[in-house]
Amino acid sequence: MRRRTMLIGGLMGAGSLIVGYWFSYQRDRLGDRRTFPAGRNEAALNGWVKIAEDGRVIVAAPRAEMGQGVHTMLAQLVADEMDARWEDMTVEAAPDDPVYRNVEILLESVPFSPEETGLVPDAARWAATRLAGVLGISATGGSTSTRDAWLPLRYAGAAARSMLLQAAARRSGRAVTELTTGQSAIYGRDGEMVATYGELVHWAAVVAPPPRVTLKTRQQLQIIGRPMPRLDIPDKVRGTAEYGIDVRLPGMLYAAIRHCPVHGGTLKSVTQPSGGLPAGFRAIVPLRNAVAVVADSWWRAERFLATGGDGELKIDWAHGPAAAYDSAKLWAELDTLAKRIAPDFSRHVSRRPAGSPTVETPRRLEAVYRAPYLAHATMEPMNCTVLAQPKRIELWLPTQATSLARRVAARVGDVALNQVIVHGTLLGGGFGRRAEMDLVREAVVIARAVPGTPVQILWSREEDMTQDYYRPMAVGLMACGIDAQGAIAAWRTRLISQSATSQYSRRNLRMPETDWPDPNSVETPAYAFPEITVEAIVPRLPIPVGYWRSVGHSHTAFFEECFLDEVAHALGKDPLALRRQLLHDQPRHLAVLQRLELAAGWGRPAPAGRARGLALRASFGSVVGQVAEVSVTAGQIRVHRVICAIDCGPVVNPAIVRAQMQGGIIFGLTAALHGEITISAGAVEQRNYADYSMITLADAPEIDVHVLDSQHPQVGGVGECGTPPIAPAVGNALFALTGKRLRALPLRLA
Amino acid sequence: MTELRINGTFWGVDAEPDKPLLWVLRENVGLLGTKYGCGIGVCGACTVHIDGEAVRSCQFPLSEASDKEIVTIEGLGGGPLHPVQTAWIELQVPQCGYCQPGFIMAAAALVARKAAPTAEEIDATLTNICRCGTYPAIRQAMQRAIAALRSAP
Repeated sequence: MRRRTMLIGGLMGAGSLIVGYWFSYQRDRLGDRRTFPAGRNEAALNGWVKIAEDGRVIVAAPRAEMGQGVHTMLAQLVADEMDARWEDMTVEAAPDDPVYRNVEILLESVPFSPEETGLVPDAARWAATRLAGVLGISATGGSTSTRDAWLPLRYAGAAARSMLLQAAARRSGRAVTELTTGQSAIYGRDGEMVATYGELVHWAAVVAPPPRVTLKTRQQLQIIGRPMPRLDIPDKVRGTAEYGIDVRLPGMLYAAIRHCPVHGGTLKSVTQPSGGLPAGFRAIVPLRNAVAVVADSWWRAERFLATGGDGELKIDWAHGPAAAYDSAKLWAELDTLAKRIAPDFSRHVSRRPAGSPTVETPRRLEAVYRAPYLAHATMEPMNCTVLAQPKRIELWLPTQATSLARRVAARVGDVALNQVIVHGTLLGGGFGRRAEMDLVREAVVIARAVPGTPVQILWSREEDMTQDYYRPMAVGLMACGIDAQGAIAAWRTRLISQSATSQYSRRNLRMPETDWPDPNSVETPAYAFPEITVEAIVPRLPIPVGYWRSVGHSHTAFFEECFLDEVAHALGKDPLALRRQLLHDQPRHLAVLQRLELAAGWGRPAPAGRARGLALRASFGSVVGQVAEVSVTAGQIRVHRVICAIDCGPVVNPAIVRAQMQGGIIFGLTAALHGEITISAGAVEQRNYADYSMITLADAPEIDVHVLDSQHPQVGGVGECGTPPIAPAVGNALFALTGKRLRALPLRLA
Repeated sequence: MTELRINGTFWGVDAEPDKPLLWVLRENVGLLGTKYGCGIGVCGACTVHIDGEAVRSCQFPLSEASDKEIVTIEGLGGGPLHPVQTAWIELQVPQCGYCQPGFIMAAAALVARKAAPTAEEIDATLTNICRCGTYPAIRQAMQRAIAALRSAP
């Protein structure tokens, strides 16, 4: 009795702690007016919103804009709750403060899909949320920005509205209850304008934030859910948008760089030219694994390295153990590891009642799938600009992790954290590459060689492509047991792949390297297989790996959706019908599948010479299905049309969702048809777009995107989930067309 | 000293004769809208107009630029936006936007040469690379630009 009372008391205590924590947590994520510095004629209402006398409403933007529309999304969330006009909205880079931390990005690293519930997944999520609070890190990735901002930014906008009403009441002497908001202004109940937001700047500056706010209902939303035009587009079309490569500072120098082509190798020696450096050249800087040349022109510095300083610059590398590796050896190692008895990770999920007798599986299907290393190949090559002074460092760079860049610069540059300023620029593509800190480390070292002078380190395309952190190469051992009635009784996936999460944590967060796989490589499939086993083996290979758009899903979706297609065909079942059966308890998946079936005309014959393939994947909190319509001419694969259906929960900007689906599909299709990074003597063989083909306009399919009007309460990400389904959809279409089952990427018929 | 005519203005440039126009623009003249993507003429991010033709400026040496009319993205509209730029904004084409100045320049040169190119001609001419995959939006924007130019006085 006593124990039960204690337990109940403990739970109630914990419960009220949790409720109290939730309210203070929301307020805690608002910050206060000191967090977001206000200029003259501006007033900060909280950490997220400022108003200016000229009528601008300024939203703090701690996330990196890399074309996914994150700045626009943040502004929409605030503008709607604040009743501000869209034309008044603008964004400003947020300072580095824990208020701007990304909580959802840590939740992404929990090894359970958002759909999985229970004590262990929920406890893992709670721990990750607390850790995010402790770390206070702002980062952009994992398709988390919208879901992370959804409540805090709306609270911030609603709080701002409340404060503006208070300010107008004080200024006008009228009661708050007589006033209302709309179109960046306060109105009396009689419809007469009382004040514009801009006119209330100085009054709002001294109003206390409200203790609580009410958010709009879905029906009341006017900006959230609409295809508002993006804030960053006009400058991008004019050519005036400033990327990291465009940063220009007085007296600036430029650095070109050559890294040891063999991964993990180091610099043994570099001899300087005997006659000294040419005019305009400032320094040759040796680094642990690279040589940088600093000059008044990047083109001259790059050419100096390309010509070996006209033969005078002698660089000697210590290649290291990676030199013994080529692609064949890497595949052989994965294949050997695949046979290991004990995996590094294993999860078994059974839907059958406890104590059920073992089911006989007289028929067993098995297949081995493969996917290669892939490069990011962002259009803007890697770069970083640094001004290093003895006790202060300032950086300008395109980065997905401004908070981390600051901490790494402080450590490498040996200055106090509060003496490091990071200016995050627009990114000419991110895809996960710009979460890495390698540019920060080397740029700080190079800048310290010319203290007091800003230096921009720019990688050539060749350096960018050969010194990447690649999407891992992977082997998938797929197996399925069929019972005597011809139904799937058991499903097993065994993934052999390096872990981007494990390597990233070691490289950038100073955590020990583990054999823990990428969390989203080991999510339990949504299909109602009676028994599911998910295993992973994490090899240590000498080629560095990192986060690549959709991470683990980029191979597991191909492996699982193609193998399920194999099983469907082996059982004589339609792939869509089989999925419908297996998703009977997954309403979101069913709705996506149903929309896809209708939109793609799945039941009707494909046009002559073409066939269709289907793939469905839940990732990053969203459910995406795709049907690809494919033909083959003289061995060349052509994708004519892709129909895509997505349930991403509440939609902030449907035009952005469409763009991310189109973009994610093209990104995935390029990888599916062409993407392959090969290794020779520990070095990457592909050096530029000539060796690493990209889809162009002529190859791009027609893409129809259907954004479901979802009732799912949680926001799902859209930046990455469009990519995983396209490779399996095309692979499955090719099987339907040719009878050939392709189990390796890139898809090749010859 | 090489004299260049860029966006209607004369510039005196002191640089190596084999310096690519891309880097002359970015380093000597200070026009940053023209972008570096590959340096080998494959991606098209460096596209400018030279005597009205789309040219990949990373492959065009300074020594050949002196008696040409050069137009960059900054000078395309000459103040107001070019119809291609207007269409690009209306159809919300750019994502990261880094490749877009090159794409816009290539598209503008195409429609200047041929008022109503077919889809095949567009595909064959606009071979620029976009890593973000904006091609579907580009197709729509081209149709909008072509229609706007057709109905322009």
